[in-house]
Amino acid sequence: MTTHAPRFWRSIPQRYNLKGTHCKRCDEYYFPPRNLCPNCRRGADLEEHTFKGTGTVITCTTIYSATEDFERMTPYHLAIIQLDEGPKVTGQIVSCPDGVKMGMRVRPVFRILGKEGERGIIYYGTKFAPMPKDEEKGPTKDSADCSGIL
Amino acid sequence: MVLGIISYGVYIPRYRIRVGEIARVWGDGDDISENLNVFEKSVPDLDEDAITIAVEAARNALARADVDPARIGAIYAGSESHPYAVKPTGTIVGQAIGSSTSFTAADFEFACKAGTAAIQACLGLVGSHLIDIGLAIGSDVSQGAPGDMLEYTAAAGGAAYLIGSDNLAAEIESFYSFTTDTPDFWRREGMPYPEHGGRFTGEPAYFKHVTSAARGLMERLGTKPEDYDYAVFHQPNGKFPIRVARKLGFTREQIAPGLVVPMIGNTYSGSCLIGLAATLDVARPGERIFVTSFGSGAGSDAFSIRVTDRIDDIRAGAPSVREYIKDAEYLDYAMYAKHKGKLRI
Amino acid sequence: MRSVSIIGVGCTKFGERWDVSLRDMVSEAGVMAIEDAEITGEDIDALFVGNMSAGRFVEQEHIGALIADFAGLSRLHLPSTRVEAACASGGLALRQAVLAVASGYNDIVIAAGVEKMTDVSSGSAADALAAAADREWECFFGATFPALYAMMAKLHMRRFGTTHDQMAEVAVKNHHHACLNPIAQYHTEITVEDVDRSPVVADPLHVLDCSPISDGAAVVVLAPTEIAKRFCDTPIRIVGSAQASDTLALHDRRDLTTLDATVHAARKAYAQARITPDQVDVAEVHDCFTIAEILAIEDLGFVEKGEGGKAAEEGLTALGGRLPINTSGGLKACGHPVGATGIKQAYEIALQLRGEAGRRQVEDAEIGLAHNVGGSGGTALVHIFSR
Repeated sequence: MTTHAPRFWRSIPQRYNLKGTHCKRCDEYYFPPRNLCPNCRRGADLEEHTFKGTGTVITCTTIYSATEDFERMTPYHLAIIQLDEGPKVTGQIVSCPDGVKMGMRVRPVFRILGKEGERGIIYYGTKFAPMPKDEEKGPTKDSADCSGIL
Repeated sequence: MVLGIISYGVYIPRYRIRVGEIARVWGDGDDISENLNVFEKSVPDLDEDAITIAVEAARNALARADVDPARIGAIYAGSESHPYAVKPTGTIVGQAIGSSTSFTAADFEFACKAGTAAIQACLGLVGSHLIDIGLAIGSDVSQGAPGDMLEYTAAAGGAAYLIGSDNLAAEIESFYSFTTDTPDFWRREGMPYPEHGGRFTGEPAYFKHVTSAARGLMERLGTKPEDYDYAVFHQPNGKFPIRVARKLGFTREQIAPGLVVPMIGNTYSGSCLIGLAATLDVARPGERIFVTSFGSGAGSDAFSIRVTDRIDDIRAGAPSVREYIKDAEYLDYAMYAKHKGKLRI
Repeated sequence: MRSVSIIGVGCTKFGERWDVSLRDMVSEAGVMAIEDAEITGEDIDALFVGNMSAGRFVEQEHIGALIADFAGLSRLHLPSTRVEAACASGGLALRQAVLAVASGYNDIVIAAGVEKMTDVSSGSAADALAAAADREWECFFGATFPALYAMMAKLHMRRFGTTHDQMAEVAVKNHHHACLNPIAQYHTEITVEDVDRSPVVADPLHVLDCSPISDGAAVVVLAPTEIAKRFCDTPIRIVGSAQASDTLALHDRRDLTTLDATVHAARKAYAQARITPDQVDVAEVHDCFTIAEILAIEDLGFVEKGEGGKAAEEGLTALGGRLPINTSGGLKACGHPVGATGIKQAYEIALQLRGEAGRRQVEDAEIGLAHNVGGSGGTALVHIFSR
C-alpha cells in the first residue's frame, strides 16, 4: 500500500496544535504557516504563532456526497472559520446536532481527520465544535471584523 | 516526599445509546437495564478513538491546573483499544498537548486497569525524582460483539491524571495491587471483539481481585471503610461495584458520587478513573477517597487518596464529569452501528 | 504583437462516451478542426493541449506527445505541450496558443482540450477534481468542489438575498440551451422544481445545480489574422486574452462572494479589446455550479454585484434576453470534461460569431466572451472574440 506518512508527519504541528505564523512587521497572522508574507514579502519579519483555535463560522455547508475518503462520514458539516487572530481556515464542525449557523462561535477539538484504509496510518488533527453557551461571545476587536464579513 | 494528583481531566463522547434500544434489536427483555443497572452508554463519534479521547482528557487535565506541558517527563497511556497495534498512543498525545520532546512514553494494556497501572508507573518515576510530572491516561472505545452481553455496557471515555509531588490537589497515600493469572476476558491479536468467560468473570475474577487488593491496602494502612468519605470501584456494570462495596463494608453513599456506569456504561480503562474524577469533582479538602480498579486477566490496584485544599482552586478549570454526562445526544441502533464501525462495507 | 484569429473549430459530442478513449476523442475533434480550417498537418507549427488530470482519470501523463502522436503528426516532430490549470486548463491552452501566434514564434497553432472522466468511479472523479482545491488545507478536511461553491452560495444568499430558486433558474436555462445544441450531454428540459427535488450534494446545492462528469474534447486552430482569410471565410479574431490568479484556497480570499481572478482577468481583457461589458453580445461563462454562473456574470461586469440571481430569474441571460449566457448549455448541461471546457467555450463563441449556431443562434452576434475558471477561483481566463 502507499502511505502519505511523511507528508502527514511534516504538518503535525499545524494539524494538532494550529501552529501558524505572525508577521511582526504588518501584524498579520497566517494559518497554515507561510514562508513569505503576502503583504511584506521579503521584508517580512515572521515568527511562529500558536492559534487559540477559537473563531467564528463565516460560511458553512453540509456535505451529503463526498469524495471516496469521506464517503462513510456523510452527512458532515464543513465551514470556513475566521480564527480570532484573523486568518480564515476550512474545517469540519462536529458535535453540532442542530446544524451549523453563520456567526456561530466555535472551539478546536482533537479528532481523526482520515485514515489510509484499514492498514495505513491514521491522520489526527483539529476540527471545530460549537462553543459552550457561556463562552460564546467573541473578542471585541475581531467580532467586529466578522460582522463585516457576514 | 508526598506524591499525588496535580490535576485531572476527563472526556466522554456526547453520543449515547439506551440499553433498551440495544435490547430491542436482540430481542432481550425490557428488564436488562435494571439487571445490569446500566441505562445508557456513551458512543464515540465517527472520528473519535482512544487517542482522541486521551488527548481531550489530557488537555482538560493541563487546563484545569494550568500546568506547563514541558514539565511532563513520562506519558503512559492505558487502553485496550489502542488504534494501532504497533505505534504508540502516548507519542500522539504528547505532541497534541504540546509536551517537550524530553519525555518517555509507552502504552499500557491491562484490560480495564491499564490506566491505574499507568498512575503507578508515574508514581514510581516521580517518587524516585527521575521525572517532574507524569501523565497517566486511561481511555477506551471498547468493543462488544453485536448481540453479546458486553454490547450493553462497552462504552467510550477516558481520564487523564497529572502525577507529581508539588501543588497536589490530592495526595496518594499508598497503593496495593493484587494480580493473578485468571483468564476471565481476553482478545486475541487481530480479533475485533473480546471474548469472556461469562459468569467466570464474576467471583473468581472481579470480586476476588477487587476485594483482595482493597483489603490488602486497608491492612497495610490500618484503615477501615469508615475512614473514607468516598469509594470508587471498577464499574463493568452497575451491579458489581455496589455488591463489592457492600462486601467490603462501604456504603451506597460512599460510592454514589463516583458511580457513573448507569449513565455512561463501562469505559474500560477510563471506568475507575472517571469514577475517581467524578468524586474529585465534589470532594472537599481533607476528605479521603478509596479507589480500586480491576483489569481482567487479572489484577486490581487499590489506592488511598486524600484531597488537599488545592482542589477548590482547580476544580472549575475544566469540564466536570457531570457536565459531560449531561451533554448527551441519543442514537438509535442503526446510527450506533455506523458510529462503531459495525457496518462492514 | 500580431492579431490572432480562429480559423477552424471542432468538438466531440460531450457526455458519457463509454465507447471511446481519451486519444480517440482528441483525434476526433482534431480532424474536425483541421478540416474546418482546411489545413494539413504540414501547416501546423505547434500544439497546446489543456488537460487537468489524465494521470488520475486514465493513469496517463505526457499528454502533449500523446495527442500529437494520435493526431497522426508524430512524423512531423512538432512541439506539443500540455498545460494545466485545473478546470481552466482548456482556457489556458488557448491562451498559450494565442501567445505563440501573437509573438510571431508560430503561425498555425492548435489549441486542444480533453478530459476522459468516466473511466473511474464518481467518488474517484470527485477526488481527482478536489485536487484543484488546496489538498492540504481544504480537501484534507473533507472539502469537495460542490462544498466550496455551496459555501460561496450560502454567503451570497445571506448578503444579497439570492434564493435557491434563482440558482435553479440557471440550471433550467442552461438545460434549455443544451437542448438546442447537438453536442450537449443533456437534451432534457428541467424545471425549478426538478432542481429542488434532486438530492442535495452540499447544502444548498442539489445534484441539478452541479455540472456533470463528462468525456469530451475540443480543438480550435489559430492563425495570424493577416493570413487567416487564406484558410477561412469568416475568421474570428481574438481581441482579448487575459489570465489572472488568486489564492489557491477559498478561505484565503479577500471576499468569498467575488472571484477576484475573474475580475482582474476581465478588466485586462476588456482593456485589450477596448470594449465595455455591455458591448458583449454572447458569453460562455464558467457555470460549474449554478451559483458560479451568478458570480461570473457579476464579476465580469454584466450585472451589479448581488444582482446575478435576479438576472437569471428575469431571463436576462437566456436566449432572447439582453445578454444570452451559455448558449452551448454551459458546463451545467453541455457537460464539463474539465480540460476540454475552455476550448469548447471558444468553439461555441466562434460558431455564434460565424452565425453557425443553428437553433441557438444569437442574432447579429458581433462580440463574444469566454470565461474559464480553475478550482474555486485560483485561476481565471477571459477571452474576447470579435467577428
